[in-house]
Amino acid sequence: DELVKECLQEGTKLVQAVADNLFNLPSTEDVDGPLVKLPPPTTKLPREKHLPKPKPPTKWEEFAKKKGIKNRKKDKVVWDEQTGTWKRRFGYDRVNDDKDIPIIEAKMTDEPGEDPFAKRQDDKKKRVEKQEKNRLQNLKQAAKLGALPSHVQLAATALPITGTQAPPKKVTKDELGNVAGMAATSTASGGKFDRKLPEEKPAKKQGKHRKFLPVVEGSGIGSREKEQTENVLNKLISKHSHEILNVDKAVTMYNVKKEKKGRNRKNQEGRSSSTSNKLKPKKQLHKKGAKKGPGSSKKGKA
Amino acid sequence: MMKIKTPKKGRVKRELDKRAPKLVETGKKTLILQGTKTSGTLNCVLSEIYHLKKGGAVRFTRKNDNIRPFESGGETSLEFFSLKTDCSIFVYGSHSKKRPNNLVIGRMYDHHVYDLVEVGVENFKSIESFTYDKKIAPRVGSKPFIAFIGEGFENVDELKHLKEVLLDLLRGEVVENINLAGLDRAYICTAISSNKVYLTHCALRLKKSGTVVPRMELVEVGPSMDLVVRRHRLPNEGLRKEAMKTAKDQPKKKVKNVSSDAIQGTIGKIYIPDQKVGEMALPNKAKGVKRERREAKNKEANEHASKKQKEESE
Repeated sequence: DELVKECLQEGTKLVQAVADNLFNLPSTEDVDGPLVKLPPPTTKLPREKHLPKPKPPTKWEEFAKKKGIKNRKKDKVVWDEQTGTWKRRFGYDRVNDDKDIPIIEAKMTDEPGEDPFAKRQDDKKKRVEKQEKNRLQNLKQAAKLGALPSHVQLAATALPITGTQAPPKKVTKDELGNVAGMAATSTASGGKFDRKLPEEKPAKKQGKHRKFLPVVEGSGIGSREKEQTENVLNKLISKHSHEILNVDKAVTMYNVKKEKKGRNRKNQEGRSSSTSNKLKPKKQLHKKGAKKGPGSSKKGKA
Repeated sequence: MMKIKTPKKGRVKRELDKRAPKLVETGKKTLILQGTKTSGTLNCVLSEIYHLKKGGAVRFTRKNDNIRPFESGGETSLEFFSLKTDCSIFVYGSHSKKRPNNLVIGRMYDHHVYDLVEVGVENFKSIESFTYDKKIAPRVGSKPFIAFIGEGFENVDELKHLKEVLLDLLRGEVVENINLAGLDRAYICTAISSNKVYLTHCALRLKKSGTVVPRMELVEVGPSMDLVVRRHRLPNEGLRKEAMKTAKDQPKKKVKNVSSDAIQGTIGKIYIPDQKVGEMALPNKAKGVKRERREAKNKEANEHASKKQKEESE
């Protein structure tokens, strides 16, 4: 702590010396306070990334330099003679669009039976492809020198031929046996009429796995669907609930409940029994009504 | 077959450009992480370092078993993290019986380990243990004063290395201009012995003095700890030379025929060759101007005239 005090003292001296130099530098006035331009650093610290390498000139750039071709600034809008307006140089509604040409005159060099409009489109496509190829070559050259622009990545779309192949998947014996059967289930007749190899065993679960009833109403099979749906509906709405209601079970449940009530009453004799007595019978009545409610109403209807 | 992949969103492109290598570098981001076992003090140390470097630091809180900085195979995870978070300094804390309260501070060059310093932390006092007036608390991201006291920092190899690493760690953002009103923190490192350094963080109080320069007063604010240097690894010579290269080392190519004046600014000299007026080619070759055509016309006119004369005579 004496040590600490000494350290602080020495530190103050050093900081004061630095601050002396700092405050004596020429300063400009800013909103928050005086702004000072720092002198270049004296201690060298290592970089965190390598120095960026300059991009090598592209093939066009080299050619242009050799020929002395300068880049000319182009305007975004160009005067269109045909419509008499200013149109974009490229993009939607542009100046020399391919689709705006109504008539192409035939030349002596043209072959008969060749669509000139389609030819123009094909030519444009070829030009674009060539440009893309050239761009790729330029980027590959830059990547070779380690000067690829930071936002561009070159990705391989196909594996080289000399690469290792993935090991072939091993199929189990059962799987292999079932393969034909699995394919057969996708046919309409369930694989019944498929041509089989001489030693092929029949599929494990032959024929169709589902049976669809005809939708057309009628008698015999036609009415089976109607019966099916009727059964389901009846179960849901409990049309014949007196058949559904298990009378024996209901009776035993009622008896058990009564016994429980009796036991509770005995325990609660000392406690407040009047209020509980009042509540309980009401509860019971409610439940009885709930059970026999639907049955009684339906009976009336049926 | 290669495909060119460029980002479809502008935001992604901007992020990639931020991470690209630059000629002049701004500050390094710090990665703070832990090893298999950490003690309570070490956790405090790591979280306080994170608070000090809030603007440019990433904190990982899970334990990482497979990181052993001083072994040859144990650095792959660190390099992967550095690549993904774009951090060039890391602080790795671990605690074991042999090396209690261990901190490994390391730097990366091109996302590969450049150098390492292993220190042990003793006598750690956290920020909460200091009482001070809250108004003078240093703000996040302000540039600090860093002071190194003791001849050990000049003589002893390990301390020299530690000085460099601490400078890099505590520096913050690299700026050209500084606002003098925003100076409010100082780090004091004192070499107590040949392998022990007392590091403390203080707030600055500027007091009025007679001259333009205010009088400085240091108030101990932040964490203070004793760092015991245990091991260190210096970079290879070749790697060091490459990392220390700066853009200014290449001498600026002197541009010919350009000079600068204090009054007029930049002056350039242009040398014009002599014009040979008779031999120059005219830019607009109007039809009538061409000499050959003119001569041919004159010839024709003469012929016509002579023919007419002949006819007339006949």
